[in-house]
Amino acid sequence: MSVTDIPTKTEPRERGAVSAWLSMLWADKLAFFAALFLLIVVICALFGPLMFGDLATRQNLRGRNAPPFDLERGWAYVLGADALGRPLLLRIIVAAQNTIMVAAGAVLASAIIGCGLGLIAGYSRKRAAQWIMRLGDVIMSFPSLLLAVIVLYMLEPSVANIIIVLAITRIPVYLRTTRAEVLEIRERMFVQAAKVMGASDRRIVFRHILPVVLPTLITIATLDFAFVMLAESSLSFLGIGIQAPEITWGLMVSQGRQYLTTAWWLSFWPGLAIILTTLSLNLLSNWLRIALDPAQRWRLEMRGRKNG
Amino acid sequence: MADHLLEVCDLSVEFHTAAGTVKAVQNVNWHLDRGETLAILGESGSGKSVSASAVMNLIDMPPGKITSGRILLNGQDMLKMTAEERRRINGAKIAMIFQDPLAHLNPVYSVGWQIAEAVVTHGGPKDKAKARALDLLRRVGIPEPELAMGKYPHQFSGGQRQRLMIAMALACKPDILIADEPTTALDVTVQAQVLALLEELQAETGMGLLLITHDLGVVAEIADRVVVMNGGCIVETGNAAEVYRNPAHPYTRKLIDAAPGKGAMPEERDRSGAPLLEAVKLQKHYGAFHALKGVDLTIMPGETVAVVGESGSGKSTLARAILRLDDPDSGSILYRGQDLMTMHPRELFGLRRDLQMVFQDPTQSLNPRMTVFQLIAEAWVIHPDILPKREWKARVAELLEKVGMKPEHARRYPHQFSGGQRQRIAIARALAMQPKLIVCDEAVSALDVSIQAQVIKLLDGLRREFGLSYLFIAHDLPVVRDFADRVIVMKSGQIVEEGPVRQIFDNPVQPYTQALLAASLDPDPEVQAARRIAREELQQRIPA
Amino acid sequence: MKTFIGKRALASAISLVGLVILVFFLSRLTGDPTNLYLPLDASLEAREQFRELHGFNDPLIVQFARYVGDLLRGDFGQSIRQARPAMEVVLEAFTWTLWLAFITMTLVTVAAIIIGSLAAFKVGGIFDRIATFFSLVGASAPDFWLAIVAIVIFAVNLHWLPTSGTGTALHWVLPVAVLFIRPFGLILQVVRGSMITVLSSAYVKTARAKGVRTRPIIFVHGLRNAMLPVITVIGDQAAAILNGAVVIETIFGFPGIGKLMIDSILLRDFSVVLAAIMVSALAIFIMNLLIDLAYAALDPRIRY
Repeated sequence: MSVTDIPTKTEPRERGAVSAWLSMLWADKLAFFAALFLLIVVICALFGPLMFGDLATRQNLRGRNAPPFDLERGWAYVLGADALGRPLLLRIIVAAQNTIMVAAGAVLASAIIGCGLGLIAGYSRKRAAQWIMRLGDVIMSFPSLLLAVIVLYMLEPSVANIIIVLAITRIPVYLRTTRAEVLEIRERMFVQAAKVMGASDRRIVFRHILPVVLPTLITIATLDFAFVMLAESSLSFLGIGIQAPEITWGLMVSQGRQYLTTAWWLSFWPGLAIILTTLSLNLLSNWLRIALDPAQRWRLEMRGRKNG
Repeated sequence: MADHLLEVCDLSVEFHTAAGTVKAVQNVNWHLDRGETLAILGESGSGKSVSASAVMNLIDMPPGKITSGRILLNGQDMLKMTAEERRRINGAKIAMIFQDPLAHLNPVYSVGWQIAEAVVTHGGPKDKAKARALDLLRRVGIPEPELAMGKYPHQFSGGQRQRLMIAMALACKPDILIADEPTTALDVTVQAQVLALLEELQAETGMGLLLITHDLGVVAEIADRVVVMNGGCIVETGNAAEVYRNPAHPYTRKLIDAAPGKGAMPEERDRSGAPLLEAVKLQKHYGAFHALKGVDLTIMPGETVAVVGESGSGKSTLARAILRLDDPDSGSILYRGQDLMTMHPRELFGLRRDLQMVFQDPTQSLNPRMTVFQLIAEAWVIHPDILPKREWKARVAELLEKVGMKPEHARRYPHQFSGGQRQRIAIARALAMQPKLIVCDEAVSALDVSIQAQVIKLLDGLRREFGLSYLFIAHDLPVVRDFADRVIVMKSGQIVEEGPVRQIFDNPVQPYTQALLAASLDPDPEVQAARRIAREELQQRIPA
Repeated sequence: MKTFIGKRALASAISLVGLVILVFFLSRLTGDPTNLYLPLDASLEAREQFRELHGFNDPLIVQFARYVGDLLRGDFGQSIRQARPAMEVVLEAFTWTLWLAFITMTLVTVAAIIIGSLAAFKVGGIFDRIATFFSLVGASAPDFWLAIVAIVIFAVNLHWLPTSGTGTALHWVLPVAVLFIRPFGLILQVVRGSMITVLSSAYVKTARAKGVRTRPIIFVHGLRNAMLPVITVIGDQAAAILNGAVVIETIFGFPGIGKLMIDSILLRDFSVVLAAIMVSALAIFIMNLLIDLAYAALDPRIRY
């Protein structure tokens, strides 16, 4: 006896899509605050360098390694200052741009390429599909972080190169997921029904298959965003990622490392920024997995009604 | 008062769902005695398996909640027992088997281990448990029982898997066996064998058998008493034959009337003139499996041709080959004299309009992310010459009314409808193409009996209105009897027998057709009793 | 099975050849390491001698041909930095990493499976919520940051543990503990999700109807089925550590393959880099093979 056997009359609730999503987000408090935090991070990434670019790079030798929570110097120094007396809070806000840009660029590029290749590999039975899968296997058997280390050391560690290296290593994730889903969806009855109607391959792929794959891909991409951010931070930390005077959170942790015993805050705050952002992404991904699944969505809708 | 073996008194169960609280069963009363068979009959959503789940302590709480009632086993209230006491009863005193045995057997353990586990769980010694498992396998008729002990569930056929479930359930010689739709997914001949096995075992052990089913035929075949449920309530209780003859409740009457296979069979049609569709010597292999072994078929304009057969007979492959969803290896398919196999893709695209299909499971054949309007109008997106865009809205409304739905349904998504309504949407979508032939692949098999009757009626009406032809693929003979003009019986990729519906049902020539007819269950217990005798005679004539 | 292994081996071999060629030429393009090894005031002759000794004077293609020729004879070249055979250097470092990976992954697997299964048994319960939250935090934490925070707390302030290096068992505590956190968080999530699916499956219902006790339902009926997706993730994580827990090894001064690789790249010790890549590629290949065998052993429906 499963719950689905019971006749349930669900009247279609005429509500705006936006407010429906917001109420589902509100139903999961953790995801709600995660989304809010990510929104702030994105705003920082977009406007931070424009607004605080000068302040964040102005050196102030008297304020070297100024401790946090000291409001005498003004709100910019609330988290303390770095070894050159630059305000940490503003530097974190400014560094958000590079950090987010690298991760977003890599995720977007790998998701689009991986998904495209996965659609081809899953839908066509031709030899091309074979080659694409082999390519995926080859990339998978590369030690990814190591590959990044080698390539970045040999090439210039610019933002573009970092994005390319990280994107290549993440392509197989999307390729495999998309292909596996397409192989299954292709056999579903509604795809067969479209074929009987004479729908073209393009219509079947983009109108019938892609919309069903998309929720899974969005969920994975959110999770992957966190992964790529950590990878980029590791590279920056090792000194082969983005180079000073450009800044990212990982680089800031690395720069503060030598003052660990005397000024812990130099490494602590940017590290906290990384952990909070990745945690938010993970929480949001968990929420998306439920919200985008029509069979599970009721959990959120129910909770939302109870609470609201 | 004398205690019954098992008695359910005044039981009510609720479930908390997204749409609010659902009362799954309300104030249900029934009892079961030693050696008798009680059937709980109901359609999907009637709550027929809820009380059995309550007996087995299988209701997840939450979301479920038992709000009232008692469940008495030999006079003791099981709802007052601890979880550990309940666990000791499960499998030892009361055992249960389910529909879909493949999903209900653990895929990663050998069947011998799984049967022995039932014995060991209730304190049996390990070495004896193995011997007992072997005995049971032999008893339920699994071939080569010693070898079968070490095999895994996926290595058996559907009927054998249900026998394995039965063996596992009987491991501790329970007083009561609960069977939840035990034969639903099985072929008719296998169904008859499994039901016969259950009866034999009951006679041997004297256990009480509780059978949960949607099928009047199963009730007629095996039940002593029947409980009819609708919307979570019991509407009627009584002797099975008595209830069939004099149903007291209107719902029971409706259910009996909806059972297929009782109407007048259509007259034979004139088959001269040019056929609408003709398949010649179709062959299809799937690897080493020979799915179609030279199948011929003709469909005349306005005619309904039914293809019946058991699973693996190739009937669905035939349907898919005709629509060129799966190209046959050889043979030709002539539509109005033109060969679809050699046709240019562009011409074939034009012909797609004339040949449409309605699938078995409307839940899967409708894209869940499209509205009803988008689903139906997709026909005109693909074939823009059928209808100019400004007329789409009106035409969708018209089609929805034609299949018995409302124009305002066009804005909704498939999951907001019931199974029967979804199949109506699928039919409306096929009609949007203005087809000449609709292939129905088990189009009513997944539906409840009363809904089934409505959909058949709808299809029949549309045939007359639009002069449609149908190729009707089914495993269920009685459904075909009321609806088809001609019947083709298939077995292992070949046509065994073909003819007008009267001839096949009244004077079947081939033993296989006779066996199929004898195995199919009639809702009338008296007819069924007569059929059982005929079947036993047949069994002596042809070896399995 | 044989063709299956063969196909796998071929894919790995192709990618390895590609990687070796790529690294060989890319690394040569960045210039030769003479200036890194000889003092600034070294004479031109001495420089020339160094180049001649390590063969940097020949055209690239000749250098490559010589390298491949040596490879075929089983010679992986010399480490410039340590003046020892490159393979010897690599294998020494790899043994350290292998131990690190083995100890960490054993702890991770046991802990994640037990805690994940118990969390899945009562979804939404207090134990489940705490386990889920901490696993999410664990999966989100950057390991380099955890490492330096741990050093400040446990080594610098409390003086409980050594900051870096090897020697005693205590030296292993911090690297293992920090490496443990991320895979533990990830695998716990997967165990929990997989277990939730399995525990609501039809065969678990059958087991309940048979009267099987709760613990065997989770750990006998449930776990073996739930392990299939888990194994893949365990393999990925183990491979990641085998590949060189570069960051952790660098921070804790742990002489593993990750640290070796970084140091060798920075000092352009080409033979060591290439040998290290080959060894870790082989390790990954064996790792994946073991995962596939584990799949077949757990699920009788899988046959290669």
